Amino acid sequence: MPKDSGIGAATRRREDARFLLGSGRYSDDIVLLNQTYAVFARSEVANGIIKTINTSEAEKMPGVIAVFTGDDFVDVGGNPAGWLINSRDGEPMKEPKRPVLAHGKVRHVGDAYAAVIAETEQQARDAAEKINADIMELPAIIDMTSALSGSNYVHDEIETNQCFDWGWIEDNREATDNAIKNAHHVTTLELTNNRLVPNAMEPRCSIADYNAANDDYTLYTTSQNPHLTRLLISAFVLGIPENKLTVVSPDVGGGFGSKIYHYGEEALVLAAAKRIKRPVRWTASRSESFMTDAHGRDHVTKIELALDKDNNFLAFRTETMANVGAYLSNFSTVTPTILHGTLMAGNYSVPNIYVNVKAVFTNTAPVDAYRGAGRPEATYSLERVIDKAALELNLDPIALRRQNFIKSDQFPYVTAAGLNYDVGDYDAIMDRLEHHADIKGFAERKKISEKQGKLRGFGVNSYIEACGIAPSNLIGTLGARVGLYDAATIRVNATGNISVMVGAHSHGQGHETAFPQIVADMLGVDPNNVEIVHGDTSKIPFGMGTYGSRSLAVCGSAIVRGIEKIIAKGKKIAAHMMESTEDNVDFEDGVFSVRGTNKTVSFGDVALKAYIPHNFPIEDIEPGLEETAFYDPQNFTYPAGAYACEVEVDPNTGKVSIERFAAADDFGNIINPMIVEGQVHGGLAQGIGQALLEGCVYNDDGQLISGSYMDYTMPRAADLPSFVVDHTVQTPSTDNPLGVKGCGEAGAIGSPPTVVNAVINALRSAGHDITHIDMPLTPARVWAAMNN
Amino acid sequence: MSNVTMTVNGKTVSGSVEGRTLLVEFIRNDLHLTGTHVGCDTSQCGACAVHVDGKLAKACTMFALEANGSEVSTIEGQANEDGSLNVIQQAFKDHHGLQCGFCTPGMVMAAADLLKTNSKPTELEIREHLEGNICRCTGYHNIVKAILAASGQDVSNIAAE
Ligand code: FES
Ligand code: FES
Repeated sequence: MPKDSGIGAATRRREDARFLLGSGRYSDDIVLLNQTYAVFARSEVANGIIKTINTSEAEKMPGVIAVFTGDDFVDVGGNPAGWLINSRDGEPMKEPKRPVLAHGKVRHVGDAYAAVIAETEQQARDAAEKINADIMELPAIIDMTSALSGSNYVHDEIETNQCFDWGWIEDNREATDNAIKNAHHVTTLELTNNRLVPNAMEPRCSIADYNAANDDYTLYTTSQNPHLTRLLISAFVLGIPENKLTVVSPDVGGGFGSKIYHYGEEALVLAAAKRIKRPVRWTASRSESFMTDAHGRDHVTKIELALDKDNNFLAFRTETMANVGAYLSNFSTVTPTILHGTLMAGNYSVPNIYVNVKAVFTNTAPVDAYRGAGRPEATYSLERVIDKAALELNLDPIALRRQNFIKSDQFPYVTAAGLNYDVGDYDAIMDRLEHHADIKGFAERKKISEKQGKLRGFGVNSYIEACGIAPSNLIGTLGARVGLYDAATIRVNATGNISVMVGAHSHGQGHETAFPQIVADMLGVDPNNVEIVHGDTSKIPFGMGTYGSRSLAVCGSAIVRGIEKIIAKGKKIAAHMMESTEDNVDFEDGVFSVRGTNKTVSFGDVALKAYIPHNFPIEDIEPGLEETAFYDPQNFTYPAGAYACEVEVDPNTGKVSIERFAAADDFGNIINPMIVEGQVHGGLAQGIGQALLEGCVYNDDGQLISGSYMDYTMPRAADLPSFVVDHTVQTPSTDNPLGVKGCGEAGAIGSPPTVVNAVINALRSAGHDITHIDMPLTPARVWAAMNN
Repeated sequence: MSNVTMTVNGKTVSGSVEGRTLLVEFIRNDLHLTGTHVGCDTSQCGACAVHVDGKLAKACTMFALEANGSEVSTIEGQANEDGSLNVIQQAFKDHHGLQCGFCTPGMVMAAADLLKTNSKPTELEIREHLEGNICRCTGYHNIVKAILAASGQDVSNIAAE
């Protein structure tokens, strides 16, 4: 096997050709015989009582086959939250039912209350407009503070808008309060983490096919985790037996979290397909995506940092209100809690940490995990308050961070927020960053900017993230209602090539290229002879899919375990073939050999023997060469990094431009550096988008003001610089066999505070006494801050 | 319903469409050329980019009838004659200019349009030319690099490790 194609090689992606030639197969590209089209009638108001829905006119429209309303789904289950969070007083969170179609009340703009199935999409659309709904509009509950104090409820039956009031770690509360009370210096910062719309470029799409002969269903859907979607539909929503439902997620055009979750449209097309005995399809328009995809972030936070007289960190105390929107999306309760609170040590050695999070229902779209999921929120709060402390104490922001870093010889390190960081070297990362950032040259570049009438600023940050959340035993005690292992089946075919069926799902991450690199490395075969099968529950083992930068650390490890089993069985077969015993057989570079002899047999011959078991010890060894492994990690992995950015601010307009951006990350071992760099670039763009451009806005009436690309500013090519990325610091994870950590979210986690720190630095250097501006730092906001 | 006839990727095709049928719907649903994508409903994302009579066009922003008699080319018509990736497509692959692939056809069509009139564009010119195309995955870094490389320019100086 050419070593330049195994682990560590920048192998070009095999999936690219089909995408570049226009022959990818995304859900909406699938055409089924006799298919019909679903179009939804959606609420135009944020909050309202459904008095009547008259569908008779719609039913008479040309081409209409069926019309559904919430009444059709009162007897089926709701779409559940995947994580139970208890409040500080031990009360379980409030979990109002999330129905397939709104019933009784509509709770956000875009909430679907009816659906039309017709022969063509246009006919369905025309008919949906004829649905006559009498909806009595109620005042919208939008602002979180008023939601908590008011007596209008998003869900009347729970008589509160507070989903939970969570403390982490409750036993640390008093010590943290005392540390802050007695500290030499306390820096306080109030900030918002702006609400974002994920905006995967492929809108959601679901197509249901019901087979009456066998009473079974196939659902083609844009999912990051087809097995989870199937489980939710089967066990909670429609009750279709799992073995009668196949979920296929073919090529998926990006997810970033928004396609983790099960959505009502999936259940609707399944139920409709069964009723009309024809395939039913639905594809979201971008407007529907804006209104109904789970949004991200949306925290309002107060954070305090206490320091002693030598500038050592003593405590972080955080109070957050987290918007969960109108209904609990599947991971909406874990994101602002476990994935946020446990990260509040950052990269720092700090003895006291306490986090309080109140989750609030509002008349807005559900909010859930979006690239980074809780960790960007934690990082933003920490890294902004640290920068503010540096300002107040007149300290160098890098020196203050370095002084308080957990040092490389302190690992494993248990933080006051309860995580056990296995390895890391934050100073080494900062060294790499300082090298790339060329801090010495900053003064000169600043002069040049000033000559052109621009302010120039420098910002830096550090981040830690926790990927591959696990182990299932632990997360079960924290409220998880699922396990977070993954699975792989390695099927060595009789002719020696290999199919690997994985629970992870690739929607841009390049698994079809990177996973074979692992297999090739371990088995000494050509990676081109290894095929990855994903995204079809009828083919793959039960795995949990792709999110949280988990695919390589968890599913990659399952592949390793599966291959180890293959090698173990191969040794038995080889021992028989070479008339030796398995403990005398070695395996290296695709060849089995008997130790101390020149007897060898190739991997391919062993595979052939396994399937044509003539002269085979059938009483001791089963024929075939196929193994499945489930892998449940013993800990999270902890990627870390430091980012630096230089901005120019136009003092006349407030416009910010990113002039330089450098990222130094420690992802542990790297399978394919080209893919890793691409993941970092994409994350940086999303984080810079959050910092400067993107903001999802509802007005007081609950109307979505930023409901299209005309009003929601997506980062475009000219908004971004080229990036310098470095991943030469590699402290391999000690908790998985590959030593990998995960790289998918890093960029989105580390970049927002970096950018904001740089802008504040630029403004202050021009004499503006500004310590904070809330994201997105639009020209209007920056200009207003300067001209206060 | 009206009849429409056009040349798509060198082949004459015709069909019957409603007045409101968009060119992209005709391409995807009638011609089954599903490489041209739909990413928005406000003419902003460029996932639907094609060439109409040699000019870059958003196929979601034209009615099929408006393309009557036109020469249309889509991503399916971009490969070399032997079916292999053309220079731009190969550069996207070599420089990891795509991840999920959804924006990619539009990006390739936009790049081809740029290189037709500007054979050695600068990084800034490339970024500005892509103003009508959104990519959520790549952060554009490697798309820009791929287009520079496709134009035969040295990309070793593009900020990277
Ligand atoms: S689909 Fe044409 S611009 Fe978005
Ligand atoms: S590659 Fe996914 S949107 Fe561009």
